[in-house]
Amino acid sequence: MGEVRYAIDTHDLTKRYDNTTVVDHLSFHVLENEVFGLLGPNGAGKTTTILMLLGLTEPASGTARVLGFNPTREPLKVKRLVGYLPEKVGFYDNLTARENLMFIADLNGIPYADARKRTTEVLDMVGLTSRANDTVNKFSRGMKQRLGIADVLIKQPKLVFLDEPTSGLDPEGINRLLDLIANLPGMGTTVVLSSHQLYQVQRVCHSIGILSKGKMVIQGDIDALGRDELAGGRYLIEVETSQPTPQLLDVIKALKGVLNVNAEGNTLVVTTESDLRPDLAKVVVQNNFPLLQMKIQEFSLDDIYMKYFKEN
Amino acid sequence: MTAVLRKELADYFTSIRFIVFFVLTLFGAAVGLITASQGIRQVNLPPDFTFLGLFTTSGTVLPSLTSLLALLVPLIGIALGFDAINSERTGGTLSRLLSQPVFRDSVINGKFLAATVTITVMIATTLGLVAGYGLRMIGVPPNAEEIIRLFIYLILTVFYGAFWLGLAMLFSVVLRRIASSLLVCLGIWLFFGIFILLIAPAIANAIAPVTQNSPEAELIRNANIKAMVMRISPNTLYSEATGALLLPIAVGSLGMISTTQASFMVANPLSFSQSLLLVWPHLVGLISLSVICFAISYILFMRQEIRAT
Repeated sequence: MGEVRYAIDTHDLTKRYDNTTVVDHLSFHVLENEVFGLLGPNGAGKTTTILMLLGLTEPASGTARVLGFNPTREPLKVKRLVGYLPEKVGFYDNLTARENLMFIADLNGIPYADARKRTTEVLDMVGLTSRANDTVNKFSRGMKQRLGIADVLIKQPKLVFLDEPTSGLDPEGINRLLDLIANLPGMGTTVVLSSHQLYQVQRVCHSIGILSKGKMVIQGDIDALGRDELAGGRYLIEVETSQPTPQLLDVIKALKGVLNVNAEGNTLVVTTESDLRPDLAKVVVQNNFPLLQMKIQEFSLDDIYMKYFKEN
Repeated sequence: MTAVLRKELADYFTSIRFIVFFVLTLFGAAVGLITASQGIRQVNLPPDFTFLGLFTTSGTVLPSLTSLLALLVPLIGIALGFDAINSERTGGTLSRLLSQPVFRDSVINGKFLAATVTITVMIATTLGLVAGYGLRMIGVPPNAEEIIRLFIYLILTVFYGAFWLGLAMLFSVVLRRIASSLLVCLGIWLFFGIFILLIAPAIANAIAPVTQNSPEAELIRNANIKAMVMRISPNTLYSEATGALLLPIAVGSLGMISTTQASFMVANPLSFSQSLLLVWPHLVGLISLSVICFAISYILFMRQEIRAT
């Protein structure tokens, strides 16, 4: 087993603007090759955190390592490996989509022939091949957003920060983009996704962190967080049967690891300590009860998010 | 930095404002040539400086080429620089640009250099065209001294343009709105170009009041104060230096000469070394002004925070 490698690792990262603390002793880490969702209400310090990790703005105190480099002291090394899609992405309106990308490739020191090839590739990835030679001032908001993704990918980054990447996209565009994002870890790119669209985050992110007033309030795996926050660390398994007899309840209750069983109509809600679906299925079928369906309760990010911000 | 320089140069040379100002400058050159062709016989230039007369001769109605350039160059500098940084900011390209592996100063250096190159190309082309057509027109070739004088005039003009460019870029760093940086630049241009002509005599009269029958010493003091105030303006520095370089007989404009003294003056042109000596402070002043302007915008840009909003 190799050691766990962090793409991002921060300790007590703090940022103040005119005596207001925007990011407050933030410590978190992002594993390599995962999609990390950075959530939080407006003004929670998400963008400021990203800017600090890019070395675009200096932290007041604390340290950060991005891909093993200190972004404050070695910003160029970080920027060589990291792509950033700002929330309000802009392009040079007088240049074509291809020229805009070629300029970024030039800034990254990519040789001309390579740059042309990569430009064609990334434009294809975001579905803009047919518009490659149109000037950007003719582009819609969604097309600019897609060009922004292409712009981030052209340097073949090890880590990308995407700030609200789906805003302005149509549903089909969102789906394509989410698929694209989900594929990035397979290509060796870690993704940090900042978004308010909880459903989209849940669809692609492996783990999340919720920021509030500059502090990380929850961090971790979405499923684990749901269980911890909403079900006290327990699993809820729904078993649907056509004959919810008291006998069946007794049989299930006798199973090791089952804490509680409630009948709700034809559905039995079983609280367990671990994922007991195989055992449950076996017990039900072996005792000749008809099993219609069984599912483990999934926790939606909405619930986790709302629960946290309702409490506070 | 070469990447930024390349892009900015390409941008400038294809931009509408470049074309507009280039056409204006060429138009100015044409006007200057026509003026010179009509007036050059009357101005009685010393034989060594006939060729320079092409650039400095003004007619009864039409201005000379140098005075047209003196008017256009600040505007070109402002036009190329007033939105250098804040257009990137409002367009949302600045944070994208700065998240690339380039030093932050190469952005502002590249822009400044590209604009300076653009100005140089514009002015050098204009001077070259006028020299060429003028040669055909008057048939008097320039001598070596005239060529050196013209070359120094070119350098002087480029730095004059660079000063306005630096000033415009400074405001493009400080002010977030493109319209306000343009307005402030034009305001300063108006102040140095026109208002100082009204203010300087007022200040001189307040410090050293003169009447019609004041002694000569008082008159000289008044005139010196006025000239000193005027020289705050880079426009004055530029036009005085231009005069001493290209029209070396009219150096009287650089200092006070009384009518009695003037009657003894021999119409003898200044030698090149004397001209250079005379304009040296002007040249250094203009260069340092442009360096200061650029340095301030450089420092401010380097320290400016890229904020989340």
